[in-house]
Amino acid sequence: MSAGTPKSLPSSGQKSIQDISHPLSAEDSVLTPSPDIGNTTSSIGEKDLSLPNGTPVDTSSPASSSSLLNRLQLDDDLDGETRDLFVTVDDPKKHVSTMETYITYRVSTKTTRTEFDLPEYSVRRRYQDFDWLRIKLEESQPTHLIPPLPEKFVMKGVVDRFSEEFVETRRKALDKFLKRVADHPVLSFNEHFNVFLSAKDLNAYKRQGLALLTKMGESVKYVTGGYKLRSRPLEFAAMGDYLDVFTQKLGTIDRIAQRIIKEQSEYLVELREYGPVYSGWASSEGDLQEPLEGVSGCIANCSTALEELTEDMSEDFLPVLREYVLYIESMKNVLKKRDQVQAEYEAKLEAVAFRKEERTGVPTDVEKCQDRVECFNADLKADWDRWQNNKRQDFRQLLTGMADKNIQYYEKVLAFEQLELEK
Amino acid sequence: MVEEGAHLVKKMEICVAEAEKRMGKNSVNIQETYTVYLIETRPIDAVAEGQNPAPDSLWRRYSEFELLRNYLLVTYPFVVVPPLPEKRAEFVWHKLSADNMDPDFVERRRVGLENFLLRVASHSVLSNDKIFYHFLKEESGWKEVVFETGFQAKADSRLRALNATFRVKTPDKRFTELKHYSDELQSVTSQLLRVRARVADRLYGVYKVHGNYGRVFRYASSIDDILEEEEHYADQLKEYLFYAEALRAVCRKHELMQYELETAVLDLTSKKQQREELATGTVRTFSFKGMTTKLFGQETQEQREAKLQVLEEQIIEGEELVKEKTVECEEFVKNAWVDMERFKEQKDRDLKEALINYAIMQIGVCKKGIQVWANAKECFSKM
Repeated sequence: MSAGTPKSLPSSGQKSIQDISHPLSAEDSVLTPSPDIGNTTSSIGEKDLSLPNGTPVDTSSPASSSSLLNRLQLDDDLDGETRDLFVTVDDPKKHVSTMETYITYRVSTKTTRTEFDLPEYSVRRRYQDFDWLRIKLEESQPTHLIPPLPEKFVMKGVVDRFSEEFVETRRKALDKFLKRVADHPVLSFNEHFNVFLSAKDLNAYKRQGLALLTKMGESVKYVTGGYKLRSRPLEFAAMGDYLDVFTQKLGTIDRIAQRIIKEQSEYLVELREYGPVYSGWASSEGDLQEPLEGVSGCIANCSTALEELTEDMSEDFLPVLREYVLYIESMKNVLKKRDQVQAEYEAKLEAVAFRKEERTGVPTDVEKCQDRVECFNADLKADWDRWQNNKRQDFRQLLTGMADKNIQYYEKVLAFEQLELEK
Repeated sequence: MVEEGAHLVKKMEICVAEAEKRMGKNSVNIQETYTVYLIETRPIDAVAEGQNPAPDSLWRRYSEFELLRNYLLVTYPFVVVPPLPEKRAEFVWHKLSADNMDPDFVERRRVGLENFLLRVASHSVLSNDKIFYHFLKEESGWKEVVFETGFQAKADSRLRALNATFRVKTPDKRFTELKHYSDELQSVTSQLLRVRARVADRLYGVYKVHGNYGRVFRYASSIDDILEEEEHYADQLKEYLFYAEALRAVCRKHELMQYELETAVLDLTSKKQQREELATGTVRTFSFKGMTTKLFGQETQEQREAKLQVLEEQIIEGEELVKEKTVECEEFVKNAWVDMERFKEQKDRDLKEALINYAIMQIGVCKKGIQVWANAKECFSKM
C-alpha cells in the first residue's frame, strides 16, 4: 500500500489536511474533512442535528480502484455502485459436544472476485473464529480501523447464552462485522478474511498461521518503543477530541435510552392492570357495557404496541450504541499507535540531525519511518472518512428507525382509539 | 317564585364564577384562611332577549354547600342527591399536590361546585326547593332559615337509625339489587381511579425522560394540557364514585323505612294478640303478668276491662301508624324508582360521554406524539 516517494514531512501539524497529497489519491482537492471535523466537534452539542449535509457517497475519498467504489452501505441502497462481494451471517445452530456447548453461524459468500476460487461459499463459524479473524486483521492491518465485534464474555448467571434473543442480537452484530470488512477496500482483500470465508477447516489454517508468523514478519510491526510524541497533528488531534466528545454523548444517550425503557416498562405494568378494571366494570353495567369493553380492549392493544416498541428499542437501538462505543475504543487505539509511529519517526529524525556526517545508512531508516507515518496517516484518514460516513448513515438509520417505531406505535394506538370511538 | 314542575335550570343561568381566599375567625375563634366561591345567577329570558343585565351574585364557602346538601338529603330521602366535589384531594399522583389551597385544586373544585348546582337545578324535584332557591339568591340569613326547618333533628335521628344494624324480613328485591350495584359501582370506580392515577404518574415519567434527549423531543408544553384533561376525566369518574354512595344511601333509607313498617306491623299484631288473649282469657303467649296472675290470683273484671280499653286505643294508634308507614313506604318506592330511572339514564349518558372524550383526548395525544417524532425524523434525515 505504500507507494510514491516520501514527500516533505507533513506531521509537524501546521498544514491543513488538504495540503497533504495522499499517495494513492487521484484527486485530493475535494477533501472536505477538515472543516467537517471542525463542524462536528462544535456542533456535537446538538447531537448531529446540524451536521453538515453529508451525502452518503463521498466521491472525494482517496484510494483508487473500483473496490473503493463499493461504498460501505449496510442497506441495499447501492446508489448505482457495484459490489462484487456479498457476505451474510445467519442460521444459528446449537452444537452439543462432550466438552462444551456452543453456537455456530452459517457464513454465506457470493463473489466475482478472482482472489476467490469459487463464486459461492457456505461455511459454519463460531464466535471464536470471528474473534480470531479480528485479531488477525488487527495484526496485519494495524493502520486501519477494524470494525468491532459484539462483546465476547457474558456473565453466565445473568444472560442466557443460548436464549433466542441473545443469539439473534449476536448474529446481527456478527453479520454487520463481516459486511463492514467485506466493504472495506483494503480489509476485504486480506488473506485471512479470504480464508475465513472459504476454508472448510479453519482450525487447520489457524495452526498453520501460527507457525508462519514466527518465520516471517508478515506485518509491519510497529514497536512501541517508548517514544513520546511532542504534538499531534491538528487533524488527528481533532479526531481524538471528537472521539472523546462522541463517547460522552453516546454514553448519555445510552443512559437516557435505558431509563426510557425502564419507565416504559413500568408504565406497561400499570397499563396491564388498568384495562381489566374496565372489563370488570362492564360486567355490572347494561348500556355501558359495550363502550367499557371497548376501552378495555383498546388499552390491551396499546399495551401490546408499547411492549413491541420497548422490545425494539432494547434489541435494535441499544446494541448499535454499544457497538459504536467499542468502535471508538479501537479507533482510539489506532490513533495511539499512529502517535507512536510518528514519535518514532521524529525521534529518529532528531537523531539524524545530530549526526550530520552519516548520510547513507540512517536516512533510509528515517525514510522508512517517514513512510510509515505517512501511510499510517493516510490510511487512518481514509478510514476515518469512511467511518464518519458510515456512522452518519448508521445513526441516521438508527434514529430514523426509532422515530418510525414510535410513530408506528402512536399510529397503532390512534387506530385503536378511533375504532373505539365509533362504538 | 318558581312554578311547579319547571326546572330551575331552564329559567336561570347559574355559574360559580370565581374563587377567593378569605381570612376569618372560625367557630373556635381562631383565624383561618378559607376559600369562598362566587355564585352568579341570571334569568335566561333576559339573556335571550339580548339584554345583558348584571347577574345577581353572592359568596358561599364549601361548608355552606355541604349544609345545603345535607338538607336536601334529609328532606328528599328518595332522591339520589348529586354529590359535592371532594373535600380533600384524593387519588392524587406525584405531579399534583394534595393541598387544598393549591390553585389547581381550587379551580377544579369551583367547576365541581358549579356542576353540583346545575345538577340540582335540573332535577325535577330538587329544583323546586325553596331553600335551594334561597341559597342561590340571598346571601345573608340563609343558614338561619335552613336551621329553622328543623331538618337537623331529623338528620340526626335518621343518621342514628341508619347506622344501626337491622334486618329487613321481606326485602324488596329491586332495591337489594340496586344496593349491590351501588356497591359494585363504588368499588370499581375507586379502583379505576387508583390505577389511573398510577398510570398517569408513569406516563408523565416517560415523557419527562424523553425530554432529556433534547429540544427535539420536548413534549413539554403539551404535557400540561394532557394532564389537565386526564384530571378532568378523573373528576368525572369521581363524581360517579360519590353518586354511587348517594345511590346506596337511598337504598338504605328504603330499608330503614321497610324495617320501620315491619316493626309497626309486628307491634300491631302482637297488640291484637294480647287483646284476644285478654278478651277470651286464654293465655297463649307467655307473659310475666300471666305468671303473676297464676301465682297471685286473677285480676278483677274492672282491671281487665281497663287494660282492654288501653289496648284498643293502642291498636287503633297502631293501625294508623301501619297505614301511615305503608303509604309512606309506597310513596317512597314510587318516587325513588322514578329517580332511579332518571339517575340510570343520566349515568349512562354522562359516562359514555366521558369515555368518548377520554378516547378523543388519547387520540390527540397520539397525534401530538406522531408530530413530534415526524419532526425528529426529519431532523435525522438531514444528517
